[in-house]
Amino acid sequence: MAKDRKKIDFKKMEELPPMVMSLRSMAANPTGSWRNLKPVIDLSQCIQCTICWKFCPDAAIDWIDDNPVINLDFCKGCGICAEECPKKCIEMIKEGK
Amino acid sequence: MKKVMMGNHAISYGATLSRVQVIAAYPITPQTQVVELLSEIVADQKLKAEFIKVESEHSAMAACIGASSAGARAFTATSAQGLALMHELLHWAAGARLPIVMANINRAMAPPWTIWSDQNDSLSQRDTGWMQFYCQSNQEVLDSVIIAYKVAEKVLMPVMIILDAFSLSHTYESVDIPDQALVDKYLPPFDYKYKLDVQNPHTYGGLTTPEWYMEFRIKMHEAMDQALVEIKKEAVAFKKVFGRYYDTVDPYMVDDAETVLVTSGTAASTARYAVDQLRAKGNKVGNLRMRVLRPFPFADVREQLKNAKKVIIVDRDISYGYHGIWAQEVKSALYGHSQVPVWNFIAGLGGRDIFPETFYDIIAQVGKKKKPDQELYWVEVKK
Repeated sequence: MAKDRKKIDFKKMEELPPMVMSLRSMAANPTGSWRNLKPVIDLSQCIQCTICWKFCPDAAIDWIDDNPVINLDFCKGCGICAEECPKKCIEMIKEGK
Repeated sequence: MKKVMMGNHAISYGATLSRVQVIAAYPITPQTQVVELLSEIVADQKLKAEFIKVESEHSAMAACIGASSAGARAFTATSAQGLALMHELLHWAAGARLPIVMANINRAMAPPWTIWSDQNDSLSQRDTGWMQFYCQSNQEVLDSVIIAYKVAEKVLMPVMIILDAFSLSHTYESVDIPDQALVDKYLPPFDYKYKLDVQNPHTYGGLTTPEWYMEFRIKMHEAMDQALVEIKKEAVAFKKVFGRYYDTVDPYMVDDAETVLVTSGTAASTARYAVDQLRAKGNKVGNLRMRVLRPFPFADVREQLKNAKKVIIVDRDISYGYHGIWAQEVKSALYGHSQVPVWNFIAGLGGRDIFPETFYDIIAQVGKKKKPDQELYWVEVKK
């Protein structure tokens, strides 16, 4: 879960590659506050198929000890994981509830 | 080996000799034969390449971007509406610094629907970060593809090779096909330092804040400045091996010319015939053919036009409400460096032929005038 939040920085122009590559600018840009629906996984139903992990457009699902774990610092609450889950064991819950 | 071939096939041979590894293209008149022949060459296993059939030109360029990112030598070809559909990805290819080479057969933009030549399609892509080389013979087309990869891979910027629809694309000329071994020596395999690599994964093109965006743009501009140096260097290097010379501009009887006709593409060869005829009657006219639009050869243009008393730019294109696009480019190079009066004539849009008479008419219209009395002039239009 503890992701490296450090964005790659440069001191001088010569250090820059010709094109933008792996600047990690999004790592330093937590987007979790955009969310109004939060995915909650019922791990007792989960079959560890990794589909939610593959489909998350923000790479906000980590795979820890054979289980999916939502990284709420980055999850925007789009609900794609819940839509794609074959066991329908991810529920989108209103934030603040 | 010499062979009689159409301009479109000269592109296919140029790409084959360059040993392109991925070809992704969508057919459009007047470009179709380029990829038709390439697909046959790949199917016959005479070229080891992936030929990707795509559903649009946007996808064709996207496939080239993917292939080039993985370090492959990528190629495509298109025209007019197809090029316009690629527009977003032209910026992407250049911004991602991918040395893709594409041929564009100049076809006028619709509507009204048309398949004939003018240069508005490629000139509209002027600011996308692509180099643009305008050709006047099938030999130059073939050679330019090879040179384009050499320059592109050195500076990591893409190149567009441009030729007129029909008057070059479908016109048969004798073309010397260079020896593959010589081309291999001149253009070694592309070793891309920043390629996609599963052993060393990277993300490309990610969000960049105002803190660094501008520096990436400065790097692109510097790469284009370097490209100008490389084009001049490769002109000499290519001549040494293959005997043919391609500079940024191509002058014809310019040194002592009082009036210089500035043209690009195939109109130049007609202009040169007109120059000979006008000179025979004592009219000191010359022709400057613009070959490279980007990077713009400021110094060469100023040098070639330094003795001229009158400059006449003949555009096969127009920026509505302004000038012809070449006129705007050449004028900006002269501004502050020269007092020479500049006329701008628009001719040959939508495939209307440019004849020697077109140039006689232009020279007659300029006549003894000391300076232009209109921003631009239309030539040979119906009254």
